[in-house]
Amino acid sequence: MSTSRLTARDLTLRYGERVVSTGLTVDVPDGAFTAIVGPNACGKSTLLKALVRLIRPSEGSVSLDGRDVNAFPTKEVARQLGFLPQDPVAPEDIRVRQLVMRGRFPHQTLLSTWSEADEKAVAEAMSAAGVADLAERPVQQLSGGQRQRVWIALVLAQDTSYLLLDEPTSFLDITHQYQLLDLLSRLRNQGRTVITVLHDINQACRYADHLVAMKAGQIVAEGAPVDVVSAELLKEVFDLPCVVVPDPVTGTPMVVPLPGEH
Amino acid sequence: MTALTFRRGGVSLRVERQTLVLAAVMVVLIVGLMVLGLCYGASWMSPARVFDALSGGRGGVYVREWRLPRVVATAVFGMALGAAGAIFQNVTRNPLGAPDVIGLDAGAYTGALFAFTVLSGTAVQLATGSIIGGLVVAGIVYALSLGGGLSGFRLIVIGIALNAMINAINSWIILRVSLDVAIAATGWNQGSLNGLSWGKIQFPIVIIVALLALLALRSYTMHQDSLGAALSVTTGVNARRLRLHLVLLGVGLTATVTAVCGPIAFIALSAPQIGRRLARAPGIPLLPAAFTGAVLLLASDLVAQILLAPVSLPVGVVTTAVGGCYLIWLLSKEVRRR
Ligand SMILES: Nc1ncnc2c1ncn2[C@@H]1O[C@H](COP(=O)(O)OP(=O)(O)OP(=O)(O)O)[C@@H](O)[C@H]1O
Ligand SMILES: [Mg+2]
Repeated sequence: MSTSRLTARDLTLRYGERVVSTGLTVDVPDGAFTAIVGPNACGKSTLLKALVRLIRPSEGSVSLDGRDVNAFPTKEVARQLGFLPQDPVAPEDIRVRQLVMRGRFPHQTLLSTWSEADEKAVAEAMSAAGVADLAERPVQQLSGGQRQRVWIALVLAQDTSYLLLDEPTSFLDITHQYQLLDLLSRLRNQGRTVITVLHDINQACRYADHLVAMKAGQIVAEGAPVDVVSAELLKEVFDLPCVVVPDPVTGTPMVVPLPGEH
Repeated sequence: MTALTFRRGGVSLRVERQTLVLAAVMVVLIVGLMVLGLCYGASWMSPARVFDALSGGRGGVYVREWRLPRVVATAVFGMALGAAGAIFQNVTRNPLGAPDVIGLDAGAYTGALFAFTVLSGTAVQLATGSIIGGLVVAGIVYALSLGGGLSGFRLIVIGIALNAMINAINSWIILRVSLDVAIAATGWNQGSLNGLSWGKIQFPIVIIVALLALLALRSYTMHQDSLGAALSVTTGVNARRLRLHLVLLGVGLTATVTAVCGPIAFIALSAPQIGRRLARAPGIPLLPAAFTGAVLLLASDLVAQILLAPVSLPVGVVTTAVGGCYLIWLLSKEVRRR
């Protein structure tokens, strides 16, 4: 089994009185592509937010290299964990390049706010996310998918060892979805750790090394997609009658829903 | 390229060209308005005579001891109000979240009134009193709006209600005190730049310059924070500490101006929004807000002096009249958005 620098132990996660998860334990495998799947409102975003210290668990703790994430200086964590929220909002009147540049913040100091490394990282992030030609456009005037790719560029510019992405494929057309997943695979091959919420279970099976299936705030199954994805699991997690067949291209599990019944 | 890059040793910086252009235009405008303010007064003086007076010529004492401190104070106070407005609009993530709307001015004024009526009313007491008053109101607004979060519309509504209540308290205090104190205090209630001398403004200007310098150190992080609650934290902003610093700086700036002139409404509300549109920069940028604040206050003070000349109105009357219309427009826009 692989090692885990980023781990969550016995988390209780709640918003005020509303408890989302209890006793949640996750070891994020290093250098792997982890996909989190589960029905709406099951607590996927909440788990990601806890991992990137946006919500403090009321019990348990999240640690990086054995140390509580809240115990680090915040910029140091920001150089390790990059996060794309599900519904980010851009400041008014910001241009694409200016927004992507904000990803460089954890690498900057009061005196150095635009080093050569910053410039290079921003240029590379924009071209990797396919938004280089949009650089001078106001973000508010972009289409939903273009905007989503700008946010991805921001997180890439942050140049972190971990990429935690909450539904990064939303708003993207099918080609851009696969381009993004290929990009994330390449980043994984270069040694980064990717953790992403995906709604398309077939994409999750095809790209993920490690699949985490959640339901009602709990982890129902986790492991390599071939080992965990079955018709029973889909019935349990999504209440979806289906058959699971091998993907004709990759051989990974492919979910084909049955007609009617749901 | 639309931006200039500076790199030397460990120092690097990128400035948008349009920011530089705007800053230059603003500085020229501010200096122009200041010169106009020196020319204008009980009698008109040509710019040539003003420059002569400044360099020690005839009639120099009047210009140097009365008109000069007034225009300098007006420019600095305008910058302070514009910057304070930008701070609170950033912290509350709301264009209505200005110190004058949520009652910080009124609270600072209560503190100053206390120092004025109960204590002996020295400059230091006034400044301390108004800073304490501002902090207390900031604390109350924060506590009452906790459930809705700092950015909620709730904070604004609570602030407006609190503002009205504090104004009532201020009127009550003024009614209780002796007639001459009351007359002095009401003139000041409308925000007046009349009768400023170097003696009265030295200390406040030093404080404001110091606060603005500290603010400059936090401004890069403040702008990063406009990415929203989630990304601001995950890109490395210590949001708690930033907010604490910003609120302290904002209250300090507002209260210092209030201690000298009384509350001057609406500059802090409108300058950041006007500056933002002029600069076409992301979010609510600080520098354009400060410069716009100076321009607005200098222009308002000229109007206040000219309108009923030779009587010089408190500048707050002019800013309230103009800013009130702006606030109504903004409120109706905000309510419609919901
Ligand atoms: N800010 C919040 N305040 C209160 N409750 C919240 C908040 N955010 C989420 N919740 C609740 O917590 C539960 C889990 O939400 P979460 O956003 O983690 O779901 P999710 O699995 O990401 O769903 P989706 O697939 O729809 O994004 C839901 O019941 C939701 O209503
Ligand atoms: Mg979600």
